[in-house]
Amino acid sequence: MPLETVLAVIGAALIFAIVITALFAPWIAPYGENASVGGAYEPWSAVHVFGTDSIGRDILSRMIYGGRNTIGLAFAATCLAFFIGSALGTAAAVLGGWVDLVLGRLNDLLMAIPQLIFALLILTVVGSSAYTLIAVIGVLESTRVFRLARSLSVSIVHQDFVEVAKLRGESLGWIVFREVVPVSFPNLLAEFGLRFSFTILFVSSLSFLGLGLQPPTADWGALVRENASLIAFGDVTPLLPAGAIALLTVAVNLVVDWYLAKIRRRSAL
Amino acid sequence: MSDNQLLKISGLRVEVPSPKGNSTILHDVGLTLNRGEVLGLIGESGAGKSTLGLAAAGFVKPGCAITGGSILFDGKELVGMDRTLLEKLRGVRVAYVAQSASASFNPSFQLGAQCAETALQHHLMSGNEADARVQELFAEMMLPNPEQIVFRYPHQVSGGQLQRAMTAMAMVCRPDLIIFDEPTTALDVTTQVGVLASIRSIVEHYGTAAIYVTHDLAVVAQMADRIMVMKNGRMVEQATTREMLSNPKEEYTKSLWSIRNFKTDERSRDAEALVMQIKGINAAYGSHAVLNDINFDVPKARTVAIVGESGSGKSTLARVITGLHPPVSGSIKFEDKPLAGHVSKRSRYELESVQIIHQYPDKALNPRQRIGDIIARPLRLYFGLKGEELRGRVRQILQTLELDPDQMYNRLPHELSGGQKQRVCIGRALAAKPKVIICDEVTSALDQVVAEGILKTLVRIQQEFGVSYVVITHDIGLVQAIADEVVVLKSGNIIEAGSKSQVLSPPFAEYTQLLLASTPEMDPDWLTNLLHARAGEKLANESL
Repeated sequence: MPLETVLAVIGAALIFAIVITALFAPWIAPYGENASVGGAYEPWSAVHVFGTDSIGRDILSRMIYGGRNTIGLAFAATCLAFFIGSALGTAAAVLGGWVDLVLGRLNDLLMAIPQLIFALLILTVVGSSAYTLIAVIGVLESTRVFRLARSLSVSIVHQDFVEVAKLRGESLGWIVFREVVPVSFPNLLAEFGLRFSFTILFVSSLSFLGLGLQPPTADWGALVRENASLIAFGDVTPLLPAGAIALLTVAVNLVVDWYLAKIRRRSAL
Repeated sequence: MSDNQLLKISGLRVEVPSPKGNSTILHDVGLTLNRGEVLGLIGESGAGKSTLGLAAAGFVKPGCAITGGSILFDGKELVGMDRTLLEKLRGVRVAYVAQSASASFNPSFQLGAQCAETALQHHLMSGNEADARVQELFAEMMLPNPEQIVFRYPHQVSGGQLQRAMTAMAMVCRPDLIIFDEPTTALDVTTQVGVLASIRSIVEHYGTAAIYVTHDLAVVAQMADRIMVMKNGRMVEQATTREMLSNPKEEYTKSLWSIRNFKTDERSRDAEALVMQIKGINAAYGSHAVLNDINFDVPKARTVAIVGESGSGKSTLARVITGLHPPVSGSIKFEDKPLAGHVSKRSRYELESVQIIHQYPDKALNPRQRIGDIIARPLRLYFGLKGEELRGRVRQILQTLELDPDQMYNRLPHELSGGQKQRVCIGRALAAKPKVIICDEVTSALDQVVAEGILKTLVRIQQEFGVSYVVITHDIGLVQAIADEVVVLKSGNIIEAGSKSQVLSPPFAEYTQLLLASTPEMDPDWLTNLLHARAGEKLANESL
C-alpha cells in the first residue's frame, strides 16, 4: 500500500475515534461536564487520569465533552459556510455580468477585514452563544468557499457541455445543479475537509480569547485558557487540549491529501 | 556497431506501473538510426510513437518506466544511465521540439534569451557567442528580421514563427539528434508549408539525424528518409519512404494509406428546398469586426462546408448560427421564418432543429453524466419520453452510431475512446431530430482512421434522416470528402462560394489556390516541387 494511503487510513481511524468519543461523551466520560468531583489542581492519578482543574472538575471528562462542543460547532459552521459559499459562488460564475461583479466585490470587502478581529467585534456587540458563533464563523469562512466555488465553476461554465445545455434551452437550475456542481463537487469536498480544520482552529482561538462558548461549557480552546497557569509549574496538562486540536487537524489533513491525490489522478486520466 | 550508426534501440519495453497490474505502452520495440538520417514515426494516438521518440533521449514521461531493453546512443547505454550524465546529453547532443510551441516557451522571457539558455547552461559558449549563434539560426530558419525578433516575447510573434524559434532553440548546441513531436500539427496549412521547408533545410544543412513523430502521412512523406509505422505499442512495418508509399505490405499500413481516398459524390440542390438562409451577417467582438456581410444558403439534406484558416471567423459564424453570439446586423432565416439572434429568444422547435457537434468530444460531454443519460436528455426535454420508451429510443440511437448499447449505456465519458465520444456527441445531436447540424472541426482532434469512420457515419445519417450539415473546417481534404457546397472564408469575408466542383476546380480564386496548394500530398516530392514552383514565380515576378 502506498504511504499516502497508509497515512489516510491512520487519519481516518483517528477521526473516527475522536468523533465516536465526542458523540458518546455522556457514556464515555468518567464524570459529568461541570461536576466538581475532587480537590483543586489534583495531579494525574488513577481516579483523575489528567488531574482536576481549579474548582476540582475532572479534566479528562471536560476534554471529552469539550471535543463534542468544539467539533459540533466547527462542523455546523463549516456546513453553513459551504452552503452560502458554494451556492453564491456557482451562481456568480453561471450568471456572470453584474451579478458576478457585485457578489465578487462584496466578498472581497469581507475578506479584506482581518477575520479574528471582525469576529471579536461582532461577538462583543451581539454576545456570544452557540448560534451566533456558528453564524459569524459560517459567514466569515464562506468568503473562501465563495472564491473556490466561483473559480472552479468559471472554468466549467466555459466548457462545451455547458454551452450545449444552454443551446438545448435548459433552465438555470439544471445548469447549476446538474451540469456544474457535479463536476466541481469533488474539489469542493476536499476543501470542506481543509475548511473544517481551519474552523476548529478558529473556534478554539475565539474560546481561548474568551469569546467562544461561555463557561461553564467546556471546549478545547477554553480548556487551554482555564488551565494555562499550570504551565508555570511545569505541568503539561494545558497542552493536552491543544494536542487534541492538533491531532484532529492533522488527521483531517491526511485524509484530504489522499483524497486530493485521488481526484487529481482521476482527472489526469 | 558501425561508426555511422547513431542510435540503436532494441527490445524496448515501457510500462505504467500500477497496483492492478502494469499496462504496457511499448512492447519490445527496436529501431536504428544512422547519422544524418530522418526517421518518420507514424501511427494513431496511443500507438506509442511519442513515447518511443522521447525514449531516444533516455526520457520517459512521469508515471511511466522503462522495464526492459536497451537504448544505445552513440555507443553509450542510456537505460539506467546516471541522471547527471543524462542531463549533460539532453539539449546538447539530443534535442526535442514539442507540438505546442506556445505552451513550451516561457511567456515572460525574450525569445533570444530562451533559445541561448541551453548553450549557457552547459557552459558551451559565452553569452555573446550564444546570442550571435541564435541570430544566425533565426536567419537560417527564415524568421524575418532576426536581429529584432530575438528581443520579442513569445506572445508577440505568430504560431509559425514560434515553432521556427523552437527549432532554432533545439539547434543551438548542434545536436546529433533532434526529436520532432508533431511540430506542425497545430499550424494552418499555409503556415505549415514554410515551417516544414525551413525544418527540412536546417536538418539537411547540419546533417542532423531526426526522429519525426506525426500522425499526418502526407507530412511525413516530405520529411523522412525512412518511415516506421506503429500500432498499439508495436512496430507494424518499416521501409524507406518511397517504398513505403508505393508498396505498403501490412494491412494496417494499407488502411492508413487508403483513408485519403474516401469521397462522396457531389449532389446538386433539390430545387429551392432550403432549410436555412444566411443574409448579410455582420458580427463583432466589441469594436473588432469578425464577420463582414456573410451570405449563403443551407439546402435540405446537403452539406455546406465553411473552410478557412484560424482567425478567419468560421467559429464565430457557428456561434452566430446557434445564437450564442448575436450578430450586429443581418438575418438568419430558418424554414422561411426569421430566427432570433439570441438563443434565449428562440422557440423550442427552433432549438431542437439546430444542433451543434464540437471539435473536442472530451469537453462536450459532462464527465459526471452516463452515456445513456446524455443521449436521453434531449428526448426527455423535447419529446417527453419516459421509462421503457425512452430507454428503447436511446438504445436505437446508440445502435445507429455503431455503439453497443449493452456496453455503453452506463459508462462515463472517460471510459470511452475519442472516436466513441464523438459518436455520443453525434447521438445527442441526433436525439433532438434536428434539421441542421453544425459540425465544428468534428474530426480534427481525432486520428485519421477514426476520423474516416466518423465521416462515413455522418454521411450515412444524412442519407437516412435527411439532415443538413454546416461543416466548419480548415481541412481541404475533409471538404473534398463530404461537401456538396463550399464557402471559403478569409479574415471574416467570403472569398468564394459555390458547388464543390465549381470552387475546387480551375479557375481558382487566388486564396483558394493557395489553400489547395499548401495541403500536403502523399508524394515525397510534393514539398520540393512546390518550393521550386514558388521560387520560380517569385523570380518571374521580380524580373517583370
